Amino acid sequence: MEKQTPVFEYAPAPESRAVVDIAPSYGLFIDGEFAEAADGKVFKTVSPSTEEVLSEVAEAGEADVDRAVRAARKAFETWSALPGSERAKYLFRIARIIQERSRELAVLETLDNGKPIRETRDADLPLVAAHFFYYAGWADKLDHAGFGANPRPLGVAGQVIPWNFPLLMLAWKIAPALATGNTVVLKPAETTPLSALFFADICRQAGLPRGVVNIVTGDGRAGAALVAHPGVDKVAFTGSTAVGKEIARTVAGTRKKLTLELGGKGANIVFDDAPIDQAVEGIVSGIFFNQGQVCCAGSRLLVQESIHDELLDSLKRRLSTLRLGDPLDKNTDIGAINSAEQLARITALADQGEAEGAERWSPACELPQNGFWFAPTLFTNVTQAHTIARDEIFGPVLSVLTFRTPDEAVAKANNTPYGLSAGIWTEKGSRILAVANKLRAGVVWSNTFNKFDPTSPFGGYKESGFGREGGRHGLEAYLDV
Amino acid sequence: MSDARLSVFKTYKLYVGGKFPRSESGRVYEVTDTKGTWLANAPLSSRKDARDAVVAARKAFGGWSGATAYNRGQVLYRVAEMLEGRRDQFVREVAAAEGLSKSKAAEQVDATIDRWVWYAGWTDKIAQVTGGGNPVAGPFFNLSSPEPTGVVAVLAPQESSFLGLVSVVAPVIATGNTAVVVASERSPLPALSLAEVLATSDVPGGVVNILSGRTAEIAAPLAAHQDVNAIDLAGADAELAKELEIAAADNLKRVLRPQPVDDWTATPGIERMTAFLETKTVWHPTGSLGASGSSY
Repeated sequence: MEKQTPVFEYAPAPESRAVVDIAPSYGLFIDGEFAEAADGKVFKTVSPSTEEVLSEVAEAGEADVDRAVRAARKAFETWSALPGSERAKYLFRIARIIQERSRELAVLETLDNGKPIRETRDADLPLVAAHFFYYAGWADKLDHAGFGANPRPLGVAGQVIPWNFPLLMLAWKIAPALATGNTVVLKPAETTPLSALFFADICRQAGLPRGVVNIVTGDGRAGAALVAHPGVDKVAFTGSTAVGKEIARTVAGTRKKLTLELGGKGANIVFDDAPIDQAVEGIVSGIFFNQGQVCCAGSRLLVQESIHDELLDSLKRRLSTLRLGDPLDKNTDIGAINSAEQLARITALADQGEAEGAERWSPACELPQNGFWFAPTLFTNVTQAHTIARDEIFGPVLSVLTFRTPDEAVAKANNTPYGLSAGIWTEKGSRILAVANKLRAGVVWSNTFNKFDPTSPFGGYKESGFGREGGRHGLEAYLDV
Repeated sequence: MSDARLSVFKTYKLYVGGKFPRSESGRVYEVTDTKGTWLANAPLSSRKDARDAVVAARKAFGGWSGATAYNRGQVLYRVAEMLEGRRDQFVREVAAAEGLSKSKAAEQVDATIDRWVWYAGWTDKIAQVTGGGNPVAGPFFNLSSPEPTGVVAVLAPQESSFLGLVSVVAPVIATGNTAVVVASERSPLPALSLAEVLATSDVPGGVVNILSGRTAEIAAPLAAHQDVNAIDLAGADAELAKELEIAAADNLKRVLRPQPVDDWTATPGIERMTAFLETKTVWHPTGSLGASGSSY
C-alpha cells in the first residue's frame, strides 16, 4: 500500500525527561533501606527505544532474597496487627503520592519500558493510583468482603511481575496484599526495574513502616529463589505460562497459596452487523496497545466471512495512520519493543507465519536505527493450524481468521489452551450475551476492548492461570479463605 | 429367616457415563469390614477406566453446565429424596465400612442426606453470592459471574466413606462441573451404591462418574490428564498429594489441597464450591453514543 500523504505533518511534541532524575545506580530495597547485593553483582537497564544505559541495578542473589523475606516476616507482626483503618490511610497516602508524581513516573516508565508516553500518562499511571485508592478502602472493610467475618492475612507475599506494565502490575500485586495485612517481597522484571525502585521511594515518603514492602531486583533466578523460599506464605506471579507451570510445580506440596496470571491468545470476534469503525478502533487497541505486549491482547481476529474484505480495508487504512517512533513524543502510538530478546521472538514467530503460508502485511513505516522496533503487522489467510494462530506472540502481530456462524466463532475462539480474554462486536444484544456465555475466557469485552478497572476482577480460565486480581475477588488471594 | 434362604450378593460395578461397567482390566479387589470380614469384590479400576470416565465427564459438561441453576437444584434435591428411600441400605453399608454402630451410622447417613439438600439449595444462589456488578470508573456495564471450571477429578476422603464422599462431590456438581470420583480405597461400597441412586435421580449420565480401586493408581492419570480442569486431593496423603499437584501443573489444573476436616457433620462453607469456579467479567459500553455528544 502506498503511504498516504497527510494534509498536515505532525510537529514533534516531546515530553521532557527533565522531570525524572535517574541515579547512576540503585540498590535493593530491603527493610526500608537501599543496599547492595550481598555478592555485589549488578546489571544494567537500558532504554528500549535508544539502547541508552539508564542505570545500574543490584542483582539479588539467594542471600538477598532471604534477607528481604526475613524483613517482611518481621514487619508482618506489626503490620498485620494494625487496625485496618490505619493500613487504609497508608494506602491512601501512597495513592496520593503516585498522583502527585505521576508525570515523573510516566516518563520514567516510558524510558525504561519503551511504551509511548501517551499510554503511560493516560492509561498506566491513572490505573496505578486507582488501584491503591480502591484497595485502600477495603483495608478496614474486610469483614464485608464476602469471605466470612474477620478473614486473616496469610503472611509474607512473594510477588514476581513482568515487564509489560511494570508499575501497574506492581500496583495490582502490592495494593491488595497490603490492604489485607500481608507484607511483600516483590521482584520486578529484569528489563524494567526502575519504577519499582521509585515506588520504594514513595513508600518512604508515605512513612510506610520498614520491611512492609521490599523490592529485590534481578532476573529469573531471583524470582525462583523468592518463589521457593520457605518463609513465603503466598506466591503471586504474572508472566509466561511456561514459567507459571514451573512455579506451580515449585509450590506443590507446600502450604503456599498461589495465584497465576499467565499468557493468552485472545479472540476478537466481529459479526457482520458490528459497527465497523468502532470495531476497527477496538481491534487496534486490542492488539497494538502496548505494542501488543499484553497478556489479554486480542491477537486473533475472527471476522464473519461476509464482511472480511470491508473490515480489512478499514483496518489497513487505520493502521496506516498509526505513528511509530520516539515513545516520549506525545504523538506516538507505537513505541519500542521491550528488549532485544523479545524482538527476536516476535521476529521469529512472524517469519514462521510467513513460512507457513499466511499473508503478511504492514503499513509503510520507517523503523528507527537504534533500539528495538517492530512494525504493526497483519496476517491474513490464517488457519487454526498456523503457529501464529496458536502461540502467544506478545507483540504487534494480528492473525486474521474467518467464520460463518456464531457457533463456529465460539468453537474457534475456544480452540486454544488459553482462556484470558475475548472480544465480541455486534449490535445484537442477545448475540452478545449468548456468545459471552459460551466463551471460555475470564474477561469478555463486548463492543469495547482492553478496558481495565480496579473494581473489576481480571484473570483467566484454563492455561491462562488461576485466581483473579482486582475487585472484591482480588482480596481472596491474600486472605486465609 | 429360614436357613434355606440363600441371600443374593451384589456385584459392585463402576459408574461411568451413566452406565455400570466392570473395570476394563477385569480386576477386582476384596473389600472387608473393619473386622476383616469379606463384604464384596469391588472393581479395581485401571488407567483406562479413569480415561473413559474423563471422556464421559467431558461429554456431560456442556449439558450440565448449561442447565439452569433451578434445574440443577431440582435434580440434586431428587438425589436426596432417593437417598432417603434407601436409608436403611446405606446405614448397613456405612456401619460395615466404618465399623460404626447402627445408630452412629444412621447419624452419618442422615447428615449425608441433609448435605445433599443443603447443596441443592445452593445451585441458584452461588452466582448471587460470588458474582455481581462492578462499579467501574467509566461508561460501562460490567458484570462478574461465576462459571464452572469443567471436569473435576475428586479423590474422596479415605475415612468418611459416605458423608465425606458426598461432602466433596455435591459442591462440585452443584456449581455445574462434572466429576470423576475416586471412592475411598478401603471402603468403596457406599460410593458404588451411591451411583445407583444417582442413576435413578435424573442426574444426567456422565455428570458423576465413580471409580473404585487404588487411589494412587487411578489418581495419577487423572492428575496428568490434559482434559481434566481441576483436582480435589481430599483423599490423598501428603506425599501423594505433592506428586499429584506437580503433575497437575502441566495444564494448570485448579488444585484443592487436602484440608484437615475435624468434623464432617459441621456445616461447610462455600470454599468447596468456589474452588472450582471461574469468574467471568463481561464489559459493555453504556450511555454516551460517542464523540458527537448524543446520548439516549
